[in-house]
Amino acid sequence: MLLNAKNMEQQYIDLYKQHHESIKKHSADVMNETRDASFALFEELRFPTASLENYKYSDLKEPLAVDYGLNINRIPIPVNPYDVFKCDVPGINSYLFFVVNDAFYPTNDPNALKLPKGVIIGSVKEIATSHPELLKDYYGKLSTTKNDGLIAFNGAFAQDGFFMYVPKNVVLTKPVQLVNIMRSDVDFMANSHNLIILEEGSKAQLLVCDHTIDEVRFLSNRVTEVFVGENATYEHYKLENTHTKTTNLSTLLIDQRATSNVLANVITLHNGVTRNTIEIDLDGEHCETQLCGMVIGDKNQQVDNFTSIIHNKPNCNSKELFKYVLDGFAKGGFTGKLLVAKDAQKTSAFQTNRNILLNKTAKMRTKPQLEIYADDVKCSHGATIGQLDETAKFYMQSRGISESEARLLLMFAFTNDVTELIRIPALQDRIRMLVEKRLRGELSKCEGCVICQ
Amino acid sequence: MLEIKNLHANINGKEILKGLDLTVRAGEIHAIMGPNGAGKSTLASVLTGNQAFEVTHGDVTFNGKNLLELSPEDRSREGIFLSFQYPVEIPGVSMVNFMRTAVNEHRKYKNLEPLSATDFLRIMREKKELVEMDNKLTNRSVNEGFSGGEKKRNEIFQMAMLDPRLSILDETDSGLDIDALRIVANGVNKLKTSENASIVITHYQRLLDYIVPDFVHVLYNGRIVKSGGKELALELEERGYDWIKKEVDGE
Repeated sequence: MLLNAKNMEQQYIDLYKQHHESIKKHSADVMNETRDASFALFEELRFPTASLENYKYSDLKEPLAVDYGLNINRIPIPVNPYDVFKCDVPGINSYLFFVVNDAFYPTNDPNALKLPKGVIIGSVKEIATSHPELLKDYYGKLSTTKNDGLIAFNGAFAQDGFFMYVPKNVVLTKPVQLVNIMRSDVDFMANSHNLIILEEGSKAQLLVCDHTIDEVRFLSNRVTEVFVGENATYEHYKLENTHTKTTNLSTLLIDQRATSNVLANVITLHNGVTRNTIEIDLDGEHCETQLCGMVIGDKNQQVDNFTSIIHNKPNCNSKELFKYVLDGFAKGGFTGKLLVAKDAQKTSAFQTNRNILLNKTAKMRTKPQLEIYADDVKCSHGATIGQLDETAKFYMQSRGISESEARLLLMFAFTNDVTELIRIPALQDRIRMLVEKRLRGELSKCEGCVICQ
Repeated sequence: MLEIKNLHANINGKEILKGLDLTVRAGEIHAIMGPNGAGKSTLASVLTGNQAFEVTHGDVTFNGKNLLELSPEDRSREGIFLSFQYPVEIPGVSMVNFMRTAVNEHRKYKNLEPLSATDFLRIMREKKELVEMDNKLTNRSVNEGFSGGEKKRNEIFQMAMLDPRLSILDETDSGLDIDALRIVANGVNKLKTSENASIVITHYQRLLDYIVPDFVHVLYNGRIVKSGGKELALELEERGYDWIKKEVDGE
């Protein structure tokens, strides 16, 4: 059979039709409720192609043509990540969790973690089974409304994921860290569906690290739904350091209620093909939102950040900043959708995308897409694609700094305002160090784990 | 120390330096004056290796080496320093990081060990006083948000940190008020030794009251057309450049 995306689509469709009972058996009722509907949507939409406006900058034809294994019967992988990733990072004290491929890895002793009272962190599947009332009003509420083939596929095939619940007014004083590790001997696909619920007045910081270990082709299709209650504060940091045979399809959907504060910072240091779909819905007044990210790419890496910020209510402020440094034959894509609804008066929304191409062969495509229906608003967008400042470079050389070092200092300075937007000091230092290493070409794939050293 | 013979240089195909000769020995201060467009800043750019300028003819020897063959960073490491007329701002690159990288690259070139962080900071504190710079300025990004005077003082601060053999001051006095001028000149004078030398490029005689030159040269139409002692600067102040232009054009 010819290996191409169309044929693989059919294989997955047949797989679901044949094995959906098995898929449901190894998951939980709450997750299964919307499964068939998601599958029906996938059957209709199929995998996205570059002819779709929203996937213009994502070339997924090749990665989707691979015959990946799927772990429907949830056979556990014989490795304890807590042993493999024995780490010590001075200052980053975090609650550490793992999702190995598509399954949440159970912690040995949840009580030892000393989570604040009422906070629940664990496997979506387990908690959906033991505490369905916690998830019922949330699971799939954001994802099932999207007309997207990858999200629908996830809805049909995801059987587990990472779950975090923070009750009213509880503040997590340490960041929570989720490491997504992919391990396999054969080409492998993982679908996981994460759910994060922050009730009113609560505060949490989540750091998600993506890693791939074995030299096989991986595809991860992960959907994360986040519900940020009134007056709650949520910080979401995503760091990707995967190998070039990885295809990372990640969807982040955030719903914000009144006076909540969200910071999402998505950093791609090393990867194969990445598509980050991020949508933040401001569904209450006086929200503050900061969405930012950085891409450092060379060789044949591709990163497409497709972002949407939807102002549904008045008096909200959003700021968006994405920076790319591209070399080699890397391809970058950025879409900044900004929608301001008719009644969202006194909206303040600023969007910036700055890109540096170090080589004529690197490519960047950027598209600000503003739809503004209210008339009393302050909105702006700015996108630039350029090279390093030659005058600044010469100034440094005239002080005895070598040309290559001068370029490095300038690239590092360029990415600095995205690393500034990290509110955990130890994490900020760590990421600065990793960015510098990456720019020098010294970053090893295992080292990229923030906690690992 | 510096020997320039018959230097021709152009930018974008237009020839600016048309056969410039100049010799500078250790311990000397040379002032270069001249009307606008004469080539004063071009000379500074060519000596530091700015690639926008093309040298078509001539030799430049510095400490016995062919300067034109060296990269800009090697010229700096050999001991040439340029105080820019318009220092560029480099947001995101901290002054400390910038200076430490520069100092250590100089040391590496001379086969010296890099300075420890504490030693470096100590030296920074010492040299800051030379131009009355406070911590406020050194904690920022290079030249970011600096006033004209602060930028010029920052140039002399960097000069103090790098201890060059030959410093070229390109219109260091432009945009400075009397106080800033005094501070800058004071710094330059304190750094003068019998081993190093300076080329002071200026429009106005005023700076030369503070930094007293041994030789004054007039650069006109891409060549040095007149040289003299410090009295020449006073004469130019009184009479302007017309009489020189007439002398030269009349030839």
